[in-house]
Amino acid sequence: MSGLHKKPSSELAQMLRSGEVTSVQLTELFLDRAEKLNPLTNSFLKINRQTALEQAKHADELIQAGKAPSVLTGVPIAVKDNLTTTDAITTAGSKILENYLPQYDSTVVSKLRAAAMPILGKTNLDEFAMGSSTEFSAYGPSKNPWDLERIPGGSGGGSSSAVSGFLAPIAIGSDTGGSIRFPAAATGSVGAKPTYGAVSRYGLIALASSLDQVGPVTNDVLDAALLQDVIAGHDPMDSTSLVDSLGQMADFASKTDVKGLRVGVIKQLASDGFQPGVKARFDESIQLLIDAGAEIVEVDCPSFEYAVSAYYLILPAEASSNLARFDAVRFGQRVLPEGNPTIERVMAATREAGFGPEVKRRIILGTYALSSGYYDAYYGSAQKVRTLIQQDFAKAFASADVLISPTAPTTAFKFGEKLDDPLAMYLNDVATIPANLAGIPGISVPNGLAENDLPSGLQILAAAQNDGVMYSAAAGIEKLQNDQWGKRMIDFAPELEVN
Amino acid sequence: MAKAELMDFDEAIEKYEVVIGLEVHVELNTNTKMFCGCANEFGEQPNTNVCPVCLGLPGALPVVNGKAVEYSIAIGLALNCSIAGDGRFARKNYFYPDLSKNFQTSQYDEPIAYEGQLEVPVASGKVYNVAIERAHMEEDAGKLSHVGGVGRIQGAEYSLVDFNRAGVPLVEIVTKPIFDSGAEAPELASAYVRQIREIVKAMDVSDARMERGNVRCDANVSLRPKGQQRLGTRTETKNVNSLRSVENAVRYEIQRQAAILAAGDEITQETRHWHEDKKYTSAGRPKSDADDYRYFPEPDLVPVQPTEELIEEIRTRLPENPASRRARLQQEWSLSDNEFRDIVNSDLLDEVDSTVSLGVSAQSAKKWWTGEIARIANLEGKEITELSVTPEDVAEIEKMISAGKLNDRLAREALSGVIAGEGSVAEVVSARGLEVVSDDGALTAAVDKALAEQPDVLEKIRAGKEQAAGAIIGSVMKEMRGQADAGRVRELILERAKS
Repeated sequence: MSGLHKKPSSELAQMLRSGEVTSVQLTELFLDRAEKLNPLTNSFLKINRQTALEQAKHADELIQAGKAPSVLTGVPIAVKDNLTTTDAITTAGSKILENYLPQYDSTVVSKLRAAAMPILGKTNLDEFAMGSSTEFSAYGPSKNPWDLERIPGGSGGGSSSAVSGFLAPIAIGSDTGGSIRFPAAATGSVGAKPTYGAVSRYGLIALASSLDQVGPVTNDVLDAALLQDVIAGHDPMDSTSLVDSLGQMADFASKTDVKGLRVGVIKQLASDGFQPGVKARFDESIQLLIDAGAEIVEVDCPSFEYAVSAYYLILPAEASSNLARFDAVRFGQRVLPEGNPTIERVMAATREAGFGPEVKRRIILGTYALSSGYYDAYYGSAQKVRTLIQQDFAKAFASADVLISPTAPTTAFKFGEKLDDPLAMYLNDVATIPANLAGIPGISVPNGLAENDLPSGLQILAAAQNDGVMYSAAAGIEKLQNDQWGKRMIDFAPELEVN
Repeated sequence: MAKAELMDFDEAIEKYEVVIGLEVHVELNTNTKMFCGCANEFGEQPNTNVCPVCLGLPGALPVVNGKAVEYSIAIGLALNCSIAGDGRFARKNYFYPDLSKNFQTSQYDEPIAYEGQLEVPVASGKVYNVAIERAHMEEDAGKLSHVGGVGRIQGAEYSLVDFNRAGVPLVEIVTKPIFDSGAEAPELASAYVRQIREIVKAMDVSDARMERGNVRCDANVSLRPKGQQRLGTRTETKNVNSLRSVENAVRYEIQRQAAILAAGDEITQETRHWHEDKKYTSAGRPKSDADDYRYFPEPDLVPVQPTEELIEEIRTRLPENPASRRARLQQEWSLSDNEFRDIVNSDLLDEVDSTVSLGVSAQSAKKWWTGEIARIANLEGKEITELSVTPEDVAEIEKMISAGKLNDRLAREALSGVIAGEGSVAEVVSARGLEVVSDDGALTAAVDKALAEQPDVLEKIRAGKEQAAGAIIGSVMKEMRGQADAGRVRELILERAKS
């Protein structure tokens, strides 16, 4: 069964059903790969061999009894370490949660358990998902399987490197400003951020509540749709969770015809500031769409100019409040200061030692932005920009079914390249941020190789709750790309070898 | 901290205009907490009514308790407020170890109820129209206990925190400044709080027991020289936990501030603590209007949008307002002003009303509640509501008296048995053997014995002095330990005298 590890989850699921392979075999295969290759990629913070195999055995029993609860039953999965799990330490990439074992499962993890998908382990991320490279993880950066000298994108670089290095067939990420989509683009994999509210946030350790959304990181578009079908749905524990179902994404992803599809090219995200190779691949993708009968329209989104600025006010503001609970009183690390340990001093010492530099930077930014006298100028203005961006999108979707742009301005950059320049790091998310501000769905699909033979990504956006439209368009574009390049982009990734 | 210099109250009122403002916190008696499914119960083992949400664990999210919203609307309507069709929660950010998330979820600029008014009568007959600024929903914090030292935070060895109270639903009712009350300010403050208590109790939205903190008052007091436009500097006396304390604390602050102003000094804007035992306030923390809580809209909750239908439905369920209820009951019961005020001032209106509705005369019901029961409560140093005696018990006792089964003395004994927790009236009567004896066999024997012992009395009766029978009745009662049916005993004596 060579090459099994590179098969998409949809095929693995069929093989499980036909009895060609068992979930225990598949889970062992990926556990072996993960244990062997993780020293190279640092994708996993924790690999759960024992519990994963128990869950695999349970999945096999269900499959054999003809009672598989989901299409993906038995397919092992990796989960980003900012989703709580009762059987695995959950750190959110932070020292402050070192050895923290949650008392409850996040809703997404409960759904994976209900679908009997064995959880291989917890994947690395920038601390509390703050970053675009995993370089801000307290447990060291993850490495890009395409080039171990380069970042795998962030914050979900653990999940993207696990999928693109075939340490896991499929993974869960979270996306606040591009943390699923940029890592997917940087590693030649597929990453989708569903409509805000489509997937429950209960048990997702919050970065910015109004922007966070959980979603899939996968080999291909169909896998992403299948996984969204597993994790989506109303959750009474999350007040912002959508009540109505958005339909079966897998059905949408099986429609690949783009003829007549109205594709909007966002003027503000199609000109300056993109790496030449990234821009070239984007223009070629447009040509492929035209050749396949899609209708290309240019759309104007003037407020996008302010998106990054608004985002870096709203996000730190919410984060500064969300992260206040890490105070050493009820859980997590407790650092005793020298001298008299009053509660204020214990809180301060713990937060000083437990939080890394980017987290501190954003807490300070957010605290400032919410301060009396500055609120209107910063947080208030940012919320107005948010409304303007939503209006830009509403106008754009009046003339287009989906919008496209490059997912990120660059391919995967080298470690340290942007570490000392927060603004450069923040601007990396220029194309992905507007979708979070508007709550709309977005997906990144690989669209070729750019500079240094590294993958570039194409972002496809749809109107809120039109995740199905997004998946159909993405599946169509993916097919055009695969036909053009002869195989899946992820198959261009070099085999990882342990020396 | 020592008691401050005070100015004579009348002199203070002569010199200064008093401005008060009252903030009343009402703890709602919903089954569950404000944002989670934990039981809303008082006095359990510490940290047993807790869950990830009210403990502020990573990833947990709040969900608004619909019942609490309905109760809050009911309070708003009872205070003649407008109800907001669209109200958001906000986060009030500050670090304190009893606050699990280190922010309180509250309403800030969009309270559920606003712009109301309440008519509050005082003893002089004057009725004040107190303007209500707002009533908003929020959650309670946990409870700290300081161990070691004197039980205060200063000097404590360590502190414990109980989160059972964390997330308990509160409604905070805030008045506009009240300008015109003068010497009646202390009484008005307490009458206002009493009325709020009556309202929430009548609607059964709160247990309304001040001694348990179900209703808590913060009293703002400021003085200004008569004729001055600008408001004086105010103090906020926190958590005044009985009606008497409200009156005393306001009176004390008026006298204290007057002495300071008269000496040419300035009032410090601060919170103050009322010490009921020694009847004074002491300085708490300095408070500025610019305390920076960095309020911002709670992104984890959707706006509360009660429909017109719901608001109207709640309105139709509102009980009679306390003032008109009092007027109605006084008339129905045909009690004098003094008699009725006795009941109201002892806070026994509900008990008497319930007792009367069980068929007991108003006079008898009043007699039991403001007499014997109040006496026992006073003796035991408890609130009447803490005694285990119900209107049903009182009605039962009255019924037995009418049936001749109990006399006054036995009835009092039965009552004390019920209060001592010995069971129902019937159980106490039977266990203590309290029932009046009207069995002729036993009575005749006792009568014969008494007549034989007092032949001179028998002669007097035979000579026509029937009133002399009293002495024999007394002896029989003594013999029968007070349980004889006095009427029957008299009949038996007269029969014997004739034979």
